[in-house]
Amino acid sequence: MSDATTVIVLLAAGTYCLKALGPLYFGNSRQLPVKFQEIALLLPTPLIAALVVTSTFSENNELVLDARVIGLVAAAIALWKKLPFFIVVIIAAAATALWRLAFS
Amino acid sequence: MQGNDTVRRSIRAQALSIGLAISPFGLAFGAFCTDAGISMWEALGFSALVFGGSSQFAAVSVLADDGTVIAAVTAGLLLNLRSLAFGVSMAASLKGSFLWRACISQLMIDESTAVASAQSVPEHRRYGYMWGGLSVFVLWNLTTLIGVSALSETESLIGDLGIDATIPAAFLGLIWGKLEDSTHRTIGVLGALLALILIPFAPSGIPVIAAAGAVLWAQPWKAKKGKSSE
Repeated sequence: MSDATTVIVLLAAGTYCLKALGPLYFGNSRQLPVKFQEIALLLPTPLIAALVVTSTFSENNELVLDARVIGLVAAAIALWKKLPFFIVVIIAAAATALWRLAFS
Repeated sequence: MQGNDTVRRSIRAQALSIGLAISPFGLAFGAFCTDAGISMWEALGFSALVFGGSSQFAAVSVLADDGTVIAAVTAGLLLNLRSLAFGVSMAASLKGSFLWRACISQLMIDESTAVASAQSVPEHRRYGYMWGGLSVFVLWNLTTLIGVSALSETESLIGDLGIDATIPAAFLGLIWGKLEDSTHRTIGVLGALLALILIPFAPSGIPVIAAAGAVLWAQPWKAKKGKSSE
């Protein structure tokens, strides 16, 4: 199995357990600790923020500064202007592409 | 049952619009998979079997950076822990046999829970869950496929068209709304900083997983003000 396939199998199995535990085990009678719910709902923010950073500044385990930063800044401005998500993504791609066209 | 029909129609409209809203992410995910050297079947495997947008992006992102299988799976699972919380909150509204509930559990994602939670009558909550979940499931897999196929023949275009820059933009878009809240903003910035510092020193995937530690800043072990301590 390729690494990707192994990840799919393990992640799918683990994720399914998380999804199904509520409807199949907890039901009406059992509740999760409030603390767990708070942490579970907070977790995605720092994790995804970290992914913003790694997908922008990381290349083969090294810090790099390249045209992706331009795309990220453009995306932030577009999000701040409350543009639709689809447009945000296109703007990010276009900004990076134009930068590369102009400076490389 | 005119009122019931109206509610159902508005639930379907909501479900469809939320499905359309995630479609660009699906395209981006498909393109991202191509960029990371992941095959069409594997991309669809992620979208159909894992079916959890941010966790799919996270896992592929770790793999793309030559991270280990364990790091990719851990990052994905940490992001999906919230599905457990959603599942427990939805459990009361999901009726049916064990087998039926086992099947529809796959749809336990942010969007299905959001459409369901907008309703107060259990029957409508169930209806919202199913429509929200199925609408996203169908469109997510369809757009993943389109994203993969559109780019699989044109790999060299990824740099030229700035496709690689859509990934950070997509991630930023995922958390942008949350950043209005000060707690989320602080732990988001902390997570980003932790990752930035760790990139040169830690193996791929670890900077992302370590960023989970930022939730400690919110001191989740303390009881919140205004709430009775449990």
